[in-house]
Amino acid sequence: MSDAKLRLIARAARDIAPGMTVNLGIGLPTQVVNHLGPDFPVCLHTENGMTGIGPTLPFDAADRNLIDAGGAYVSPIPGSAYFDSATSFAMVRSGRLDLTMLGAFEVAENGDLANWKIPGKFSPGAGGGMELAQKARRVVVLTTHTDRAGNPKLLTRCTLPLTAAGCVDRIFTDMAVIDVTPAGFALRELARSVTVAQVKKATGAALHLPEGDIPTF
Amino acid sequence: MKLPDKTTTMESAIAAIPDGATVMLGGFGVPGTPFLMIRELVRQNKRDLTIIKNDANETGMGVDHLLVAGCVRRLITTHLGLNANAIRMMNAGEIEVEFCAQGMLAERIRAGGAGLKAIVTDIGIDTEMGAGKPRVEVNGETAMIETALRADVAVLHAAQADPFGNLCYAATARNFSPLMAMAAKTVIVETEKLVALGALAPDHVHTPGPFVDHVVHIPELSEEYAVVRR
Repeated sequence: MSDAKLRLIARAARDIAPGMTVNLGIGLPTQVVNHLGPDFPVCLHTENGMTGIGPTLPFDAADRNLIDAGGAYVSPIPGSAYFDSATSFAMVRSGRLDLTMLGAFEVAENGDLANWKIPGKFSPGAGGGMELAQKARRVVVLTTHTDRAGNPKLLTRCTLPLTAAGCVDRIFTDMAVIDVTPAGFALRELARSVTVAQVKKATGAALHLPEGDIPTF
Repeated sequence: MKLPDKTTTMESAIAAIPDGATVMLGGFGVPGTPFLMIRELVRQNKRDLTIIKNDANETGMGVDHLLVAGCVRRLITTHLGLNANAIRMMNAGEIEVEFCAQGMLAERIRAGGAGLKAIVTDIGIDTEMGAGKPRVEVNGETAMIETALRADVAVLHAAQADPFGNLCYAATARNFSPLMAMAAKTVIVETEKLVALGALAPDHVHTPGPFVDHVVHIPELSEEYAVVRR
């Protein structure tokens, strides 16, 4: 993984506050767990029916009945709980998740998120992503700033089918930390050695700049 | 009094499933998937099935055997990301696929099991998954109607069962199974351990026996139940 991606993951981890209940989606968000220390007080939730997720285990140490929603073999910690899928999503829809971190194909300046379907190319189904995006109290996205072809993923409007409308609060990319505000995208922080001009060029919508110095991560 | 004994053989339990049946299968990935029962469905050459399951397992495992053998007409599911064969068959029109949001699949099954006809929700309302579903106003908010799901048969995997069909599941193998146990006319369970009546503490039962029709002991697991080394 590139240094820029590792830094965005480490930066995103700093937005997890002590005491939160958090769901980490498949892809970059899963890596955030590596930045949460053994004594950090947080409850990780997975859609397939567990709270209190502990470290991922190597195959030789894995329990065949204990995976996260992405299929990784995980471990329990003192206080973990197992439950059925209806209970798991009741937790999501009733607002018990303080935060979810998700991947994205596109994010729009109005907070719309598209991360489950590219018509004609990729349509595996949304899994639990719709409920997470729509009902977690805070939704942040971890993504590369542009796609593999260099096209912006932060846009005025999504072109792909939505996962949920108006749901995204913050975006962590390999170039910047950007908040979704009523006025649109607002730049909060810059990745090391990235310039405002570069972020603007890689963003497919207006970018509001803060007054004064911009922190780096 | 004594609770009835529902133990039977896999062959006879599966033989009672007719072609064209709607079959719920427990499991989320490997945990909870009744792999041996799925093999028996394939062996008995069932046709025209509608399968309701969270996912289609991975290529070469579980539900994929049903797909490859041509047993499945329709699949109601949430995610096929780990089964490229299922996606190919969907795109080629060889199977019909209905995608649900995962929590909606769970809640539609739970509603079916609870004797409800439908649920009212706002999940997916601004997406293409909400297209065409009837809308209702509830307390000033727009919501939509999702129909409840029931099946002819649910086929489930338990870690432990007694002969009456009281069930315990292991860790994340529980997932959809307690919901499906409530939502099918006939519930068939394969169990790793068959324990005596009374061996499961009443407080520890996950699915109570009255939901279960047939209990099949599987003393040996196949390789498909093991840790997947990707």
